[in-house]
Amino acid sequence: MFLTPLQTLIMILAVALGCQLMRFLPFILFPEGKEIPGTVLYLGRVLPPAMIGFLVIYCIKGVSLLNSPHGIPEFSSLAVVFLLQHLRGNVMLSIAGGTAFYMFLMQAVFV
Amino acid sequence: MNPIINDSKKAVQIKAALSAAFKATIPVFASAYILGVAYGVIMQSKGYNVFWSTLMSTVAFCGSMQFAAIPLLTSAFNPLQAFLLSVMVNARHLFYSISMLERYRGIGKIRYFLIYVLSDESFSISYALNDDKINRKYYYISVSSFVALYWIGGTFTGGLLGQVIPFDTTGLDFALTALFAAMLFDQIKNNQTRKAAVAGTLCTLVCLIAFGKGSFMIPAMALMLVIFLGGRKRSCF
Repeated sequence: MFLTPLQTLIMILAVALGCQLMRFLPFILFPEGKEIPGTVLYLGRVLPPAMIGFLVIYCIKGVSLLNSPHGIPEFSSLAVVFLLQHLRGNVMLSIAGGTAFYMFLMQAVFV
Repeated sequence: MNPIINDSKKAVQIKAALSAAFKATIPVFASAYILGVAYGVIMQSKGYNVFWSTLMSTVAFCGSMQFAAIPLLTSAFNPLQAFLLSVMVNARHLFYSISMLERYRGIGKIRYFLIYVLSDESFSISYALNDDKINRKYYYISVSSFVALYWIGGTFTGGLLGQVIPFDTTGLDFALTALFAAMLFDQIKNNQTRKAAVAGTLCTLVCLIAFGKGSFMIPAMALMLVIFLGGRKRSCF
């Protein structure tokens, strides 16, 4: 342990405060009983699909195209997920298939 | 109404919501629990025992930021830097909260808990609920509780026992990527969400290429705001 217990506790609270501020701010600005402005409702409708796209990119942000294996495991496994989702439309099956394929590639092919 | 019948109806609703939430969070278990274990193990290796790692996971509850905070726990004491880094890494939660503003209305005091533990996973899974038979409130509570339990439970296990998973888990964390990818596919297939989903993906991709993996998040969010607010007048989305 590098910091003292008190310093560590303050660090934990600082990290928590930064994160919780982001989580609570919209709910503090637009509390229950107060009407939500049209612009915010509109954002609440368009942001979720956009943020799911954000999260996919966020998950693969560390993939390097220049260095071996050039993102091949990630992109081919994503293709498996999309293909399964297109053929069967079962989220669980797509996740299981894509993840199993990725694990196989990472453990047996691109070791 | 007969209170006994009322109670048993409530029990049935809770059971159905718990069961649906458990199934929907299985991929999150695969990723969050294992990452939680890894977090507990790394914290242990830096001299922070199970008490500290579990405390961080419970109080801060912010996955990737907790990993980003490890270097700050092993250098000179600077809580302001930790706070600012946490605001930047977690700015995306603003968008999750805006998305859940309406959905979390009218469900009572429990919403404070839901907001506290609102994460990438609980946001996306709660948002994706499309079964009218499931009670919304119980589903949100169940999903959020499971996700929190996996992360905190994983940290506790990792901090206490070290690497406990008996098989090679290399690549298992792809389950989270696959979860979001499968959801994205559905969002793009749906006429009503297609444009917003494509716009969000492209904004993020462009900013990742332009700003690099360390600093693309805030520009991506800003770009999305510009595009969505600009496109609103022309009802593009």
